[in-house]
Amino acid sequence: MAPASSLSRETLTALLLRLADDHLVLGHRLSEWCGHAPMLEEDLAMPNMALDLIGQARSLYQYAGEVDGKGRDEDQLAYMRREREYVNCLMAERQNGDFAHTMLRQFYFAAFMQPFWQAMMTSTDERLAGIAAKAEKEVAYHIRHAGEWVVRLGDGTEESTRRMKAAVEALAPYVDELFESDEVTRAMAEAGIAPDPSTLRSAFDAIVGPVFAEAGLEWVETPYGQTGGRQGRHGEALGFLLAELQYMQRTYPGMTW
Amino acid sequence: MGNTVVNASFPQSAGQSARQAGEGQSHLSQAERAYRAAAAVVDPEIPAVTIADLGILRGVEMEGDVAVARVTPTYTGCPAVLAIELAVETALREAGFEPRIERVISPAWTTDWITAEGREKLRAYGIAPPANASNSIRALFGETEVACPRCGSLETARISEFGSTACKALYRCQTCHEPFDYFKCI
Repeated sequence: MAPASSLSRETLTALLLRLADDHLVLGHRLSEWCGHAPMLEEDLAMPNMALDLIGQARSLYQYAGEVDGKGRDEDQLAYMRREREYVNCLMAERQNGDFAHTMLRQFYFAAFMQPFWQAMMTSTDERLAGIAAKAEKEVAYHIRHAGEWVVRLGDGTEESTRRMKAAVEALAPYVDELFESDEVTRAMAEAGIAPDPSTLRSAFDAIVGPVFAEAGLEWVETPYGQTGGRQGRHGEALGFLLAELQYMQRTYPGMTW
Repeated sequence: MGNTVVNASFPQSAGQSARQAGEGQSHLSQAERAYRAAAAVVDPEIPAVTIADLGILRGVEMEGDVAVARVTPTYTGCPAVLAIELAVETALREAGFEPRIERVISPAWTTDWITAEGREKLRAYGIAPPANASNSIRALFGETEVACPRCGSLETARISEFGSTACKALYRCQTCHEPFDYFKCI
């Protein structure tokens, strides 16, 4: 479906880049665990989830490149944009921390994306509806996998409980940003292309609530939520991540395997 | 000849006709020949099954002299996608066609598209096939009954949601004590 005006084309590109950046950055973070996970099964699980996320990012970058019409392909969008041009949410770029922190972050992001993809399955944009239908099935597994770890660690030993509680504290300031609404999200919601994230909070709570209850965890309210990712204002961590992610293309521009 | 289409909607019948094909293929349409060539490509990670068995090959269509094969990935990030597309391209070229590959993601692939024959091949290969119908409502911590592909016991336990590839989970049989892969139901 071709966007009608150049304005809507820019808006759609902005939306696609946010989504794609979230998935690429978080996928890259997960891939950092490869070879370092606490057990072999997790060493398989995390790169598998990373593959899902990076695959979803590729579909979105490909589409973004076509929509924005500046002749950029998926590689240029992923490897040649600077830190301030990245518009991922801050939660995605946070350093992995310990295993509890990584799993809780994964659980939160999946609990946000599942209702998002579900709503997007009926998008007026057929291409996005197709991507969503595929991703929705994949993210259901992420919820289950990460959710089981949240329960197991939250309701586990003294140390695992302490670590999971610390993760809840550490991630609390990054949750609200997921549900931010602005002119891009509102325009997309109005056109029936993508849900406005602000409408997804209750669906998120319905996924997180029962898992927290089973894990014996309590929700932590934070008065100062972190924000700025969607405007390209990032924490220190993203620069280091991109330096590694983009190294090859920066050193040998246009290189292919 | 126009646009002759062979769809994968009835993979069962495609499998049967492939078995009857012994007496030579001269009577077949171009599209049917192209479909058979593409359908014989095996999955690079599970060589016991073909891409038609798995429902990855959605159809082959003749556009003039070009054989257009529609292929769908099992998972968005499946690293085997490129290898499969290359193999289909090669198979079609070897069968004398000018190939073109189209990647389709909608409707999304589901394990329901794995044929009965494909499921049996998976089991014989040591991979438990997906539970029959993929349920749209997936309860958190929902348990599925998975039979051990070796001894058939239902006393099995999941070791990990993710196995050697994105499409498989890791299980262990409590009866014969063998670990095995389970083809996840999506």
